[in-house]
Amino acid sequence: MTLLEQFRLFLAGIWPGWAAYLVPGIVGIVVVLAFVVVLVIVFIWVERRLLGRFQIRLGPNRLGPEGIFQPIATAVKILIKEDIVPAKADKIIHWLAPVVVFVPVLMIFAVVPIGQRAILTDLNVGIVYVVAVSSISAVGIYMAGWASDNKYSLIAAFRTVAQMVSYELPVVLSIVGVVLMAGSLSMTQIVESQTIPYLILQPLGFVIFFLGTLAEMNRSPFDLLEADSEIVAGYHIEYSGMKFAMFYLGEYGHALAYSCIVTTLFLSGWKGPFLPPIIWFLIKVFAVFGVIVWMRATLPRLRIDQLMSFAWKCMLPMAIINLFMIATEMLWLSEINLWILVVINVVAAGVLVLLWSRLFMLGGGRVEVR
Amino acid sequence: MKFDKYGIGVVKGMVLTFKHLFRPPITVQYPEEKLVVSRRIRGNDLVWFLDKCTGCATCAKACPQGNIEIVTHVGSRNNYVVDKFDVDCGRCMFCGLCVEACPYDALAMGRSYERSQYRRSDVILSKEQLQLSDIRQPSGYARPRIEAGLPKQSLLVNWNMKEGGQKLSWLGLSKKRGRGV
Repeated sequence: MTLLEQFRLFLAGIWPGWAAYLVPGIVGIVVVLAFVVVLVIVFIWVERRLLGRFQIRLGPNRLGPEGIFQPIATAVKILIKEDIVPAKADKIIHWLAPVVVFVPVLMIFAVVPIGQRAILTDLNVGIVYVVAVSSISAVGIYMAGWASDNKYSLIAAFRTVAQMVSYELPVVLSIVGVVLMAGSLSMTQIVESQTIPYLILQPLGFVIFFLGTLAEMNRSPFDLLEADSEIVAGYHIEYSGMKFAMFYLGEYGHALAYSCIVTTLFLSGWKGPFLPPIIWFLIKVFAVFGVIVWMRATLPRLRIDQLMSFAWKCMLPMAIINLFMIATEMLWLSEINLWILVVINVVAAGVLVLLWSRLFMLGGGRVEVR
Repeated sequence: MKFDKYGIGVVKGMVLTFKHLFRPPITVQYPEEKLVVSRRIRGNDLVWFLDKCTGCATCAKACPQGNIEIVTHVGSRNNYVVDKFDVDCGRCMFCGLCVEACPYDALAMGRSYERSQYRRSDVILSKEQLQLSDIRQPSGYARPRIEAGLPKQSLLVNWNMKEGGQKLSWLGLSKKRGRGV
């Protein structure tokens, strides 16, 4: 029983039925929203400072202690900017697109288990819900590109949608591997079943899932469509003011949501010794986000053809092989000691990555690398 | 087994940026921290020496802008006494022609680079303001004797903790402010 249901049960004893049903829901939503917004602001700060340190500079450190209020200043700056809508834009869709991008990101948090019982709704198909809901933002991005009446934003939207759809497949297939091992689609059940974190048990699945989600949320090194150091913006080129802020928030909300899901699926969620569950959860989420920032600080962007070939020639076959391997292990080796599976899977992951890396040599291997 | 063809470059890059995390940042937080400038800097600043100046107004003639205004009267020992020596630094381009023209080395380019003012009237410097002081020091440009006495320029590459900069703990977020060099 989740905390929310307990609260509801408690209220049902003293309040009329409809109030006892509505009030806990609203309280839960407000708590989760506050959690998301606060964490998104902290994420923006962490990204700026950490990126600074990766580039041997300081990052913003003036406003407040260690610059912690800088994201708030940024938010205020964006909010008071003029809201410009292109003359020939499709006004309604132009207005609707940021909402369609942002709201699904918030909806993901309904099934993120912050603690064993601290979850908004413990859906029995939780991870399917996450996959379904997070795909909606692709529609919002396409709406933004289309309604802007700008050929560049439309091209960027085409490419973004292509990218998100292509990377959806390997991500879902690697999720299936986790679900096979956990024996459940519920997020809490998945965490409960991780005696060894699936990061160790399914390293290949983790790598595929992590890179796939990076591509899905348009983060570096897959952020070629809104490459902020090279082009203006990509699909949200015609957006300004609050609407742009929604895209910006949605982007970081996405990063937060996917950090939470990676933590849940592969890093055994809230579990950990000594510290309370919420602390462990946050530690893991920030560790995942730190790796994301680390990759952003290091890796150069891919070209669009490299991006697509990486999805279809590398990630998808590897995801299928990974799924096949996990299924085989579950079918015939389900009684075996888990640590033997760990060894098998780590070795298999290393061999597969080495084999597939041959495919991505300079000039397909025809160019001699010194 | 060589891993050059197996994507080892990605790992190398990741390791390099990870090492950067533990390096002190090279950022100089300017108003609080300042590097020592070059000894031969041509700052936007002039220094005028009262005792060397004879009031000949060669500098005023050399100035292509006509920025220097000199008013003198004849003193008791058959010399010029300078009443007024105003330089309009707002129009000055710091070409240094007045410095080169001066036969008595009474003018020198200064070292300072922080001479912005909020009002135009404030950039017209009088003879009291132009004299040698703590904040108005001559640069070593074309003056080897002055140059020899000036502090060495602090470069970012050897700006180490002994010289007073880069105080950063192992995982500290910021340098402490106000520890200028």
